[in-house]
Amino acid sequence: MTMLLFIFVLAMFLGFELISKVPSQLHTPLMSGSNAISGITIVGALLAAGRGNQTFTIILGTLAVIFATINVVGGYLVTDRMLAMFKHKPKGNNPQ
Amino acid sequence: MNPRSVIEIAYIVAAVLFCIGIKMLSSPDTARRGNLVSAVGMLLAVVATLLAGGLHYQWILAGIVIGSAVGAFAARTVQMTAMPQMVALFNGFGGLASLLVGWSEYHAHRPETFGFTVVAVALTVIIGAVTFSGSLVAYGKLAERLPGRPIIFKAQHLVSAAVLVLIILAAGAFSLRPAASYPAFLLMAAAALILGVLSTIPIGGADMPVVICLLNSYSGLAACAAGFVIRNNVLIVSGSLVGASGLILTNIMCKAMNRSLTNVLFGGFGAARTKKSGYQGDVRPITPEDTYYLLEAARSVVFVPGYGMAAAQAQHVVRELGELLAANGTDVKYAIHPVAGRMPGHMNVLLAEANVPYEQLVEPEDVNPIMDTIDVAIVIGANDVVNPAARDDEESPLYGMPIIEVDRARTCIVLKRSLNPGFSGVDNPLFFKENTRMLFGDAKASISALVAEFKD
Repeated sequence: MTMLLFIFVLAMFLGFELISKVPSQLHTPLMSGSNAISGITIVGALLAAGRGNQTFTIILGTLAVIFATINVVGGYLVTDRMLAMFKHKPKGNNPQ
Repeated sequence: MNPRSVIEIAYIVAAVLFCIGIKMLSSPDTARRGNLVSAVGMLLAVVATLLAGGLHYQWILAGIVIGSAVGAFAARTVQMTAMPQMVALFNGFGGLASLLVGWSEYHAHRPETFGFTVVAVALTVIIGAVTFSGSLVAYGKLAERLPGRPIIFKAQHLVSAAVLVLIILAAGAFSLRPAASYPAFLLMAAAALILGVLSTIPIGGADMPVVICLLNSYSGLAACAAGFVIRNNVLIVSGSLVGASGLILTNIMCKAMNRSLTNVLFGGFGAARTKKSGYQGDVRPITPEDTYYLLEAARSVVFVPGYGMAAAQAQHVVRELGELLAANGTDVKYAIHPVAGRMPGHMNVLLAEANVPYEQLVEPEDVNPIMDTIDVAIVIGANDVVNPAARDDEESPLYGMPIIEVDRARTCIVLKRSLNPGFSGVDNPLFFKENTRMLFGDAKASISALVAEFKD
């Protein structure tokens, strides 16, 4: 248990270090990308749906898998779509 | 190596990939690959979990197929202007998933006595529920299915406090005798759902960037709490990364508005229209034709976009105008305030979608020092973020908020439908300044008219 808390505290620090370097232009993709990462709860959902031995837990677990998957798949795809739009200035060819 | 350690190692690798992915997001050049790295980490975590064995795969498969279809469809079809509500909705789903994981763990195991897992279940359910209902309300406000103005009723803080106390009492009762306290568990979850609604409805549209960041943080913390329930490190690590990310963004947004988080959450900012502050004077309208002459002669132009640009879907014509100006030898910049729009970085995404190179997107700190040398500043659907009262008028509710000081440019052109104040309901003295010209009308129509003038 203390091990888990230990990991939690260190990971929070790591998060603060990693994210304070993201420039404001990329804040929207950062949000949707980190949102997709919070879909990691899918791991818990998979176990709940797959290990359930009562109808009710299977229902809860399967619903959890559905919502977590929407979060993960939707989050990564939409972030990719946004990031694909960030482009450098085309060099040399002035739109004249 | 036994399968258990293989799974654990896969989880560690996944956590490392998330960290690398987020790190790569810090530059536009590597960001897209960073997102891919993070997605590979997620895939690895999922595959490793499925290796555990003894799982009923049919339900898992059904859930993944449905979830992927919905998620992919939404991600492919959403308009960039609708990105804030989309992120809010996904956020809510993440919170709901964590809530369901906590509930299902409790339902399956019914621990008899107080302990670490029980506390973790309570936290997962509470945070997950607040995230879910709060995000749904935020979604409703952003998608304009709910009124964007703060919804305030009598004794609101008292009601919220009572609900919070109820949650704490129910959680206490549940934690002490978990197996026998199913009603307390359900009460706790229901009260947390209500708290999520109560804490989001009093927040106005202009404060939405803060709320989305905060809910983003909650969704991470919910996943983290779920990690404590199932004792899984990868959930704890990734959940805390997201929790930290949301908190940092929340802080940046609050600073950009010079307000404390408490003030944003409990202030009900903009609920009551502030009394007329009495800014008066002559408004000087300008025609597109005269604007064209000004722009044609300008050596430097700064565009200042706000939510109005998104609402009018004007980003593509704005870029077209920017290109025409650049072709005419004008130096073009887009100055973006951190809280412009309805989520952090919203304007950057819209302009990137319209193919504006990101070198032209600058922050207030870059443009304010050289504002005196700018020939024309064009304000498109922004209001509070360019309100000079925030700098000059100690009585103004906006006082102290860092702004883009367009009033210091040689000429400032404000595109606006009418003289109505912005989302915060605060009057804007910029409209009456001597060097301000008002170009009334729909932003897209006005910019299109300018583009047409240039092409003639």
